[in-house]
Amino acid sequence: MSEDHSEHHIVSPKIYFTIFAVLMICTILTVMAAEIDLNQYFHGLNIIVALTIAVLKASLVVLFFMHGKYSPKRTQMVIIASIFWLAVMLLMTMSDYVTRLWS
Amino acid sequence: MHRTGELFGQYKTMEQQRETASLGMWVFLSTEVLFFGGMFMTYTLNRSTYPDIFSEASKTITLWLGAVNTVVLIGSSFTMAMAVWSSQVGKKKLLTIFLIATLVLGCVFLGIKGVEYHEKYVEHHIPGWNYQFGEHPDTAIDAHTQLFFSLYFAMTGMHALHMIIGAGLLLWLIKESMRGRFTPEYNTPVENIGLYWHFVDIVWIFLFPLLYLIDRH
Repeated sequence: MSEDHSEHHIVSPKIYFTIFAVLMICTILTVMAAEIDLNQYFHGLNIIVALTIAVLKASLVVLFFMHGKYSPKRTQMVIIASIFWLAVMLLMTMSDYVTRLWS
Repeated sequence: MHRTGELFGQYKTMEQQRETASLGMWVFLSTEVLFFGGMFMTYTLNRSTYPDIFSEASKTITLWLGAVNTVVLIGSSFTMAMAVWSSQVGKKKLLTIFLIATLVLGCVFLGIKGVEYHEKYVEHHIPGWNYQFGEHPDTAIDAHTQLFFSLYFAMTGMHALHMIIGAGLLLWLIKESMRGRFTPEYNTPVENIGLYWHFVDIVWIFLFPLLYLIDRH
């Protein structure tokens, strides 16, 4: 297994600070977006924007602060698996729940 | 007996040993994803059932305190990431400083959370026998807003408990780092507690828009 001999990757403070700055900008954006009535353009747009920004922020934390981008493939598989099982729980339950309106 | 970075017999290289420890931490964190996932599931279900009530209840929590706490917690993730970097390049004093900064920011977060809980206590918004929402008691509105606040306290409470555990782990890291135990060859505890701290940050990244930012316009 050749990947076990790869050099340990050290993420530079410059990258950490850039990610921190982007996360701060995203936090300001999400508060500003919440104060605008986006639902008048498209119903549910406010929550879509809020969750898109949250997913973007979480992805940056996983990829850079938690070194997900530089981790071996089997570690990345665990990361993707946990997101996958969470999605299964949320999507399958909700798809059942929202299609029960006739009862 | 303290581990100081010797290679254990079952590994071929230090790098393999390090990656195994990291993999184990990620497996633990994926169980944490499902633990918090259950609460996010309950939240999603109830919010889709009572959207207007959830929006009314959400408006009573103080937005700017939550926003400041988001900044504080992301700041603490940044100092934690810098602590990991300090340990990787062998800057021992800087490591202790960044760990202390992370702990201080974590405590600021918990303090602000305490102020918010106190506000809810004063407003009778803590679910239970003393609960009242709005001027006049209304059975349906009281019942469904209590649902929101039950989820609010359960989710932020479990999050805060994780923060308290994280603060305890940081205290231990600070103690060990002052002894100079962490080196570029051995810093697994710093890295893994760092992963835990960032995970708790991610939970808050989702809690903030879901609990504070419903219909703020």
